[in-house]
Amino acid sequence: MPEHIVIRLNGKQVTVPEGTSVAVSLLSAGEACRTSVMGEARGPLCGMGICFECRVTIDGKRHIRGCQVQCEAGMDISSDE
Amino acid sequence: MSEAIQERYDVVVVGGGPAGIAAATVAARNGASVALLDDNPGLGGQIWRGESRTSTSAIVARWFEEFERSKVKWIHPAQVFHVENGRLMAESPEATHEIFFDKLILATGARERFLPFPGWTLPNVLGAGGLQALIKSGLAVAGKRIVIAGTGPLLLAVAACVQEHGGEIIGIAEQTTQTRFAKFGMSMLFAPGKFRETVKLGWKLKGIAHWRNCWPVAALGNERLEAVRLSHGGKIKELACDYLACGFHLIPNTELAEYLGCKIQDGFVVVDDELQTSVHGVYAAGEPTGIGGLELALIEGQIAGQAATGKTVENKKLFEARAASRVAVRVMKQAFALRSELLTLADADTLVCRCEDVSFARLREHKSWREAKLQTRCGMGPCQGKVCGPATEFLFGWKTDSLRPPLFPVRCASLAAISAITDSRELNGGTQ
Repeated sequence: MPEHIVIRLNGKQVTVPEGTSVAVSLLSAGEACRTSVMGEARGPLCGMGICFECRVTIDGKRHIRGCQVQCEAGMDISSDE
Repeated sequence: MSEAIQERYDVVVVGGGPAGIAAATVAARNGASVALLDDNPGLGGQIWRGESRTSTSAIVARWFEEFERSKVKWIHPAQVFHVENGRLMAESPEATHEIFFDKLILATGARERFLPFPGWTLPNVLGAGGLQALIKSGLAVAGKRIVIAGTGPLLLAVAACVQEHGGEIIGIAEQTTQTRFAKFGMSMLFAPGKFRETVKLGWKLKGIAHWRNCWPVAALGNERLEAVRLSHGGKIKELACDYLACGFHLIPNTELAEYLGCKIQDGFVVVDDELQTSVHGVYAAGEPTGIGGLELALIEGQIAGQAATGKTVENKKLFEARAASRVAVRVMKQAFALRSELLTLADADTLVCRCEDVSFARLREHKSWREAKLQTRCGMGPCQGKVCGPATEFLFGWKTDSLRPPLFPVRCASLAAISAITDSRELNGGTQ
């Protein structure tokens, strides 16, 4: 069994298995990743760094593709785009 | 101000999937200094995402182990955003890299083609390969109801992956006809490696609904996906599901090659027998030269690694395998050609460009990709047309052109680093 780590998703504490990508942590928690130009909620699409639909702010750094980053303990993730 | 890390290698490989791993490992074995740049958090590309040297697959374990033992410098995650004769620029989370090289091997893999239909922008509508990549990145699908739709054998591989992880597959919607699908099955008899693979997949998936003449016409839901509406043999059916995974063929990632001026034909990078592109010293291996799958990618990676280090490529078996795979690629193209009904899936309000929210109605007024870009901002968002480009190619026959630096959205600091380098070169009297 993988170890579990605690991250913050939009201000809430969430526990995920180690090795989980940021995009997966949001998808599993039922949180949207970003809001589109016209205000639609969007989640991951391609899962491989192409579509940018899962871009989020991680530890204050904006426009990071969640599918290409693994969760780390204490990471602060917000879908504020 | 941010500065670039400068490095120099004999051979630089872009892309850390099977082709890139093979190319870099072989080139290093031949004594070259080698760097491999990859955008993903781990080595292995999409097909070997989440794998390691402890993999249960002997072939994966062998290549990972060889790669780790080699002296290849693995620069990751790093995204190449500019390349020219003998020099490329890449961005990693910590730095901007300016890398000089003698030979360049492009092993940039492929992505999926997505087709727009009403509701496809709802959360939980994913790519087919996308779902697989997300599962490999930790997505738990146990107990989730999943519909897989689109075309080609990838759908079967994705279904097998879902099943292995305990997901409940409601069905697989394959757009091609029964006749074409059957022909494809027959042709697999003559492609030994692929035949074994296909039979294995078929056996694993026995009991799972596989519908031919079937495609998604709408994804339904409010905040997220709740159900999918499928057209199946002329009838419409609605199925509740948690995830809908759609993929309509793989599209080779040829942007870097195009940007370098390599000749492209029918969407693929043109290469000679030693996999050199039309640009001297630039090689291409794997999916960009023709969608051929894992085996061919490994073969081509080895050929490119040999050729780029000046060793003659005399392995006849490698060339034969390449030729055989070419035939399989042609067969697949015929078997899974996209049917014309898919041209009418999008309605006026369906968004085609997801980055800039540009609808089908707004796009169909225009005559070309360029005109649409200028008038609607289609293709001008962060994905730079990588999603809507292949969709508009299918829907309107547009050719996506006009690749410009930077090839990828980068931090201002990275752009500053390039201009700082350029400035200091001008002061010092020219480039290296």
